[in-house]
Amino acid sequence: MQLIQFAHGLLPFLAKWPDWVVYLAVVFLFAFAILNTLVAPLTGISTYIERRLAGRAQYRWGPNRVGIRSLLAAMPITRPISKLADVQPFKFIGSKIPGGLLQFAADGLKLFTKEDIIPAQADKMLFRLSPYVVMAGSFAAFAVFPVSFWCSAINLNIGIFYVLGMSSVVVPGILMAGWGSANKWALFGGMRSASQIVSYEIPVAIALMTVVMLAGTMNMNEIVATQRSGYGIEKAGFLGWYLFRYGGLMIVPFVIYFIGGCAEVNRTPFDLPEGESELVSGYHTEYSGFRWSFFFMAEYSNMFAVGAIATTMFLGGPLPPYPVQFTESLPMLIRFGEGFFWFFAKSYFFVLVMIHMRWTLPRYRIDQLMQLCWKVLMPIALVWFVLMCGIKMARMEMAAPAEAPVVAEVHK
Amino acid sequence: MMAALGISLRDPAAWVFLAFAAMTVASALLVAVSRNIIYSAYSLLLTFFGVAGLYAFLDADFLAAAQLLVYVGGILVLILFGVMLTHKIRDINLSNETTNPIVGAVIAGLLFLVLAYVSMRTDWQVVDRGPATPTTQEIGRAFVGKYLLPFEASSILLLGALIGAAYLSRHERKKEA
Repeated sequence: MQLIQFAHGLLPFLAKWPDWVVYLAVVFLFAFAILNTLVAPLTGISTYIERRLAGRAQYRWGPNRVGIRSLLAAMPITRPISKLADVQPFKFIGSKIPGGLLQFAADGLKLFTKEDIIPAQADKMLFRLSPYVVMAGSFAAFAVFPVSFWCSAINLNIGIFYVLGMSSVVVPGILMAGWGSANKWALFGGMRSASQIVSYEIPVAIALMTVVMLAGTMNMNEIVATQRSGYGIEKAGFLGWYLFRYGGLMIVPFVIYFIGGCAEVNRTPFDLPEGESELVSGYHTEYSGFRWSFFFMAEYSNMFAVGAIATTMFLGGPLPPYPVQFTESLPMLIRFGEGFFWFFAKSYFFVLVMIHMRWTLPRYRIDQLMQLCWKVLMPIALVWFVLMCGIKMARMEMAAPAEAPVVAEVHK
Repeated sequence: MMAALGISLRDPAAWVFLAFAAMTVASALLVAVSRNIIYSAYSLLLTFFGVAGLYAFLDADFLAAAQLLVYVGGILVLILFGVMLTHKIRDINLSNETTNPIVGAVIAGLLFLVLAYVSMRTDWQVVDRGPATPTTQEIGRAFVGKYLLPFEASSILLLGALIGAAYLSRHERKKEA
């Protein structure tokens, strides 16, 4: 309702339209704006980092040309400004900025103009639909990430559970791509990817539930709030993060989550669904142009999502590692900025780790992959869940022996 | 008819409800009549989504997410795997043959009449729509409190099914070798 009033204030003629039309339009515009200003550059910058690091790992340059100067030189109106890059202060600044920063935008434009090829034998409807399903499933999770203190698109009570539910929508999307392509490689890639995601969802969920159990809430903002203090200290800095709580016992669920997260987004060493040596490029073999770029945007936004979930659940989300915020007394917007910085710095750290892993480690075999999931990660995650349960209950008993657990209370 | 059901089109909430309900019913119909089993399976995806949307509309947020996690992430994927691993599945006569359309239609129609009669005769309690209240805590307490025995019984049943499935698939492989 506030949104509708806001829109009416902005554009008076909207008052004549029915409310639900205005509401839908406003919601869609907001979503559009967020996707374009936040998620698209996020994935773009991730691809840039990936390509630069890949270049380093393989002893070559990677993208290092297309930057602000080329953007200015490309348009006739701004071409004179681009000449400024040879003048001294700008020349110095320019030499400090790494080149190729806008390569992802140029590639995006290129993909726009490419021909959209649909194989003749393909199931055309499923083939066309699947990139949207995959992308919608992976972008939906962004709604609940606490990007700063008590600041997320929706403050959902079931936060982390919603993320798990939405990410399961990706699986039918990938199968859709594999089946719709009418290509054996694509089908194998889709099946591998789906079985991998479905299997690794279980240890991942158990590892995350360990944190939920300790925090006593699924709301991501509240999980962050419980990490402010720890070890009996009111403002504990990084000691309050779940990763360092309980004398380091929580490192195990964290490692399980991170391994499982890498497997869920099909990154090396678990990138069998796209194994180039076996499957050409897996479920998106037949895709070209903009549909192909949708799959890649989904992949890179998924990588960021894995980092963001790890950050929120184990590393205090937007909380800084030092006990007291620098900007405590400054205006709210600047305080928000500090949380924003830490959230993105921590999340991008995980993206960097994943990229380094890709260019360092060889690929697993499919049976090894399943063995790791079901015979190693699953039992450890379960045992650790019970262990942390026991520790929490023992602490509750010690803290308040008179207070009976919840079960007895309901039985009356 | 809308007025008889207590739906006012001036209310935006009614439009949300109608959209989700229409999505659920239309896609469910497609599941039943589609000649292509893959399309049936993917229509089921929309049906599950519609039902999850209806749960969310009724402030059952936990149930909506659980619906997505269990039905879309688990059961639908299982169905898709089964379909895609089946030989010659593109043959429509093999997969989606229509049998006894008249008898089916009669039974479905009778079932609809019974359900409609029941829903019209029930004295529904109308609750004012306030702000959404969290349901997770109550669900958790009900599971380990009042409904502890059914909860444990169903988990043992599921465990038994899991072990049985693992045993059956093992057994077959041994015989082949």
